[in-house]
Amino acid sequence: MLDRIEQIESEARAAIEAATGTAELEELRVLYLGRKAELTGILRGIADLPGEERGEVGAAANRARKELEALLSTRAEALDAAELQARLVEDRVDVTLPGAPARPPGHLHLITRTTRQIEDVMIGLGYRVMEGPEIEHDYYNFTALNHPEGHPARMLQDTFYVQSHPELLLRTHTSPVQVRAMETQPPPIFMIAPGKVYRRDSDATHSPMFHQVEGLAVGEGITLADLKGTLREMLRAIFGGERETRMRPHFFPFTEPSVEFDVSCFQCEGTGKLGDGERCNLCKGIGWIEIGGAGMVDPNLFGFVESNGYDAERVQGFAFGMGVERIAMLRHGVPDLRRFFDNDVRVLEQFS
Amino acid sequence: MRVPYSWLREYCDPGIGPEELAERLAMTGTEVERVITVGPPSAESFVVGKVLAAEPHPDADRLRVCTVDTGDGERTIVCGAPNVAAGQTVPVALPGATMPGGQKLGKAKLRGVESEGMILSATELEVGEDSAGILVLDDGAVPGQALAEVLPVAEPVLELEVTPNRVDCFGVYGVAREVHAITAAPLGPEPWAEDAPAEGEGDVGDYASVEVEAPDLCPRFTARVFTDVTIGPSPAWLQARLTAAGQRPINNVVDITNYTMLLTAQPLHAFDLDRVPGGELTIRAAGEGEKMTTLDGVERTFDAETVLVCDRNGPSGIAGIMGGQVSEVSDETTRVLLEVANWNGTNILRTSRLLSLRSEASSRFEKQLHPDLCLRAQRIASRLMIELCGAKLVPGTIDVAADLPKPHRIVLRSSRVEGLLGMPIERADQAAYLERLGFGVDADGDDLVVEVPADRHNDVTREVDLIEEVARVHGLDGHLPSTLPSSAGQVGGLTREQRLRRRAEDAMRDLGFDEIVGWSFTDPGEAGRLRILEGDPRAEGIVVANPLSEDQSVMRATLLGSLLDVAARNLARDADAVALFESGRVYLSSDGAGEGPLSGHFPGERPAPFAEPHRLGCLAVGPLLAKSWRGGGEPADFFALKAVLEAIAARLGAEPAFEPASEPFLHPGRSAQVLVGGAPAGWVGEVHPLVCRAWDLDAAVAFEVGLAALVGAASVGEETFEDVTAFPAVYQDLAVVVPSEVAATEVRAAILAGGGELLRAAEVFDLYEGEQLDEGRKSLALRLEFRAADRTLTDEEVAGPRGSIEAELEKVGGSLRV
Repeated sequence: MLDRIEQIESEARAAIEAATGTAELEELRVLYLGRKAELTGILRGIADLPGEERGEVGAAANRARKELEALLSTRAEALDAAELQARLVEDRVDVTLPGAPARPPGHLHLITRTTRQIEDVMIGLGYRVMEGPEIEHDYYNFTALNHPEGHPARMLQDTFYVQSHPELLLRTHTSPVQVRAMETQPPPIFMIAPGKVYRRDSDATHSPMFHQVEGLAVGEGITLADLKGTLREMLRAIFGGERETRMRPHFFPFTEPSVEFDVSCFQCEGTGKLGDGERCNLCKGIGWIEIGGAGMVDPNLFGFVESNGYDAERVQGFAFGMGVERIAMLRHGVPDLRRFFDNDVRVLEQFS
Repeated sequence: MRVPYSWLREYCDPGIGPEELAERLAMTGTEVERVITVGPPSAESFVVGKVLAAEPHPDADRLRVCTVDTGDGERTIVCGAPNVAAGQTVPVALPGATMPGGQKLGKAKLRGVESEGMILSATELEVGEDSAGILVLDDGAVPGQALAEVLPVAEPVLELEVTPNRVDCFGVYGVAREVHAITAAPLGPEPWAEDAPAEGEGDVGDYASVEVEAPDLCPRFTARVFTDVTIGPSPAWLQARLTAAGQRPINNVVDITNYTMLLTAQPLHAFDLDRVPGGELTIRAAGEGEKMTTLDGVERTFDAETVLVCDRNGPSGIAGIMGGQVSEVSDETTRVLLEVANWNGTNILRTSRLLSLRSEASSRFEKQLHPDLCLRAQRIASRLMIELCGAKLVPGTIDVAADLPKPHRIVLRSSRVEGLLGMPIERADQAAYLERLGFGVDADGDDLVVEVPADRHNDVTREVDLIEEVARVHGLDGHLPSTLPSSAGQVGGLTREQRLRRRAEDAMRDLGFDEIVGWSFTDPGEAGRLRILEGDPRAEGIVVANPLSEDQSVMRATLLGSLLDVAARNLARDADAVALFESGRVYLSSDGAGEGPLSGHFPGERPAPFAEPHRLGCLAVGPLLAKSWRGGGEPADFFALKAVLEAIAARLGAEPAFEPASEPFLHPGRSAQVLVGGAPAGWVGEVHPLVCRAWDLDAAVAFEVGLAALVGAASVGEETFEDVTAFPAVYQDLAVVVPSEVAATEVRAAILAGGGELLRAAEVFDLYEGEQLDEGRKSLALRLEFRAADRTLTDEEVAGPRGSIEAELEKVGGSLRV
């Protein structure tokens, strides 16, 4: 019996060593260590052996079994690794073929992007974003903005009116939201209002539809100097940290004093001259670029919202407005206003 | 407003160049559009000459060979002007001079005779309109004298962009006062300070009478009468000033009215008194349809709000806008009635718009002048009439005036100046600035009591207006600090709606769509091209009363038109596929539902006139995934865009549902209504082939949903914790056979209804239609997920509801497939 065990072991050992694949190895495991294997039979039959043989045969059979199990597992690991290696070689692809297409990301319109940029700067300064209708009552677009009936400024901007509704119009500026906002919220109020506006004008520098952002800050002790500082922070955030801001007195019916505001030219650093001594084409040699209009809210406006806490002797503040397209054109070198509404994908895809 | 620099300097010489003055004006509120030079670019080599002899040219009939004393000796100059004659004092350009337009003058041989210069006409110098002959100067000029000492040669002209509140700066003296205020350079006396001597016969009442029937529209009407008027050309200096200011010289009387207007901002009108029967003038409203031929030769028809200056026979002029031919001053005129009136600005503006007739006069009157200006203009014009036309002023002035406004007296508090501006300005400086601007100033403790001059009566009415005056003269650039509001503010931020709108837009971008910004207006034919029928509210778009063109005359009621327009335009430009979206408003005459700006409800006491809901629209033409060596490239279809919409909704935490339904512009079998929270929120589908054809597209697929509905159902940011069970789910696949027309959602709903509370989800994962099934039936495979929070489910529990599932399926005509 002992000889037989030794014989099985050496026979199995040889077969395992010679095995060339994990599948063959599995067959060998069944053959030599499976339920029907001879060695398994011997181990199972130990109890039937005479007492003096039991110990010796049992020990030998168990040892052989353990040896073979160990050998199988070592051998399996080796074959496994070899097979994996072979498979990896076989799985090789031509890495120079194009990648499987994923949908590339699209693009936000430059107007959206620029509007958001302005919104985010002003949010950081403590402002909220409010919206108003684009088809508006002339009350909000004109009357409550200090353009009484027949006021010349009412005719300054040619206005689209709604058919059969002479008192309704397409708002000519985002300023109507100032009054709507003050009707809704008592002071202090810090808000901006972005949106579409409309004027009867169409050429390279005028579009019948364009976008503005309005700003309004009203509370106690808000000054013209605060307006200047606010505009400076905003324009620095948009045009770069070293930019300067200046205000020139101007006239608007709904602010007093009124100003136009400029940012120092970011192409020539405000010198008006380019590196080669040529006149700067962006600011036309002036060193400043006009951005928008602003001023201290005219006390007459507070008269329209007095019942909501706007007492002109107690509260004051500023308002400003500017064109979104103009800022986008300056920042990104867009040459023509009409490009914004042409929506050529070759242009859209330049800005994400 | 064009201001010739030499004219300005007659009243206030700032001692700086025109460019520097332009900069100072711009920084104090008067924008200077540009500074131009009228006449030659430089006055160099332009001198006064005396014609000593003018002989015929030997070889040319029309040329003369002149001998001209130019101070440095005698020169031969060939001249073609018919009026050149010995003894004349004339302007001469010497060789080396640069003519207007840049041409440089040299010596030239004219028909064999060398000419050492050029005798000039008024047109060549740009000092007048007469090009028929040379300009003859007054004898006072000395040969060899620089021409610039006699005439404004190379005149710098400031083109001011005067804001509508500053009517005073529509006159040169008003601009001079402004220059005085901002530079402190001395201001000359008011040119109207001295009146003319009245040496005519009788009294003005003997010659003329005026009746004002519309005093509210004509607050003041003044008239003077001149006799012995000699009509002729104006002197060179006057012609030069008018030309530089952009006015054409006509004759001395008309030029005087224009000159006076340019100086004072107050327009005047001269009548030939002999063409006003009886000298009677009546100011009245026109009769509806009344007609008159204006000075420009056009017959014009009036409405009842037009104000006319009439004689006994009918209209003689449109008040404040333009005179009529009937009483026009002509070469034969010897007696002139000079009208200087004040009109209601709003009415003038209205009438000039209505007639599309704008004049220098109307552009001033429409800004509302002060009645005090009338007599100023009468005084200046009277002196010039006597001086330049040899006229005699008849004593007396007809002056029909309603109550003249009293000047405003306003208290200016020092504390208020600093409080509003955020910078202190010394009280003495405040007073000095205001006085230089022509205000009367008295001190009252810390405050100033300020009287507003007539020129600024309508513009400066309140303390804040005075603060503006003080601030702008003081300067905002250097002095004003940059600060931020210190008052307690609020927390800035976007509303949840605004944040989620951004999120939806970002999601669209991340899914590969390009954002467009479409026109809010469209053409009236769009609804028809979209097959929207009459009666559908979207066919009844809001109409613009005065569009720029028919193409932009209706407000859009859907984003689809904009998307199709942009897609078609890009495909025509050789794009082979587009994936577009727009986040924007549509405009509906029906009242929109919902709350907040996304639904078209905005802050303010008066609601928006129309609904302006914010929509998210999307359109794809061609494949969303490019064709590659591995496949793909199939054009986007219904399911592709449905998946996009579901992905967007998922980004917001909303769950849209889809029901078979169609829109007129969609493929009837491949479109669905989108429901959010059970309510209709939009549509998704393949665009109807006829609509595609109208836009010249092969195929397109699109959706449009109300952002308010999606955002309203969004759970993002509002999620509540739900414990995850430790017990595994049990999955079971079911195959269901139903009639082909039964929607997948109905099958799913039936299964969920019959599955009991342990059934958590059922999703369709396969669809089969074909041979192994009866005609008209389809097989759907669904994966069911059963789960309990407190135990592992047994096979029996999962199999339990099978009977009730079968019962529910039977209701929709379905059965389990075995």
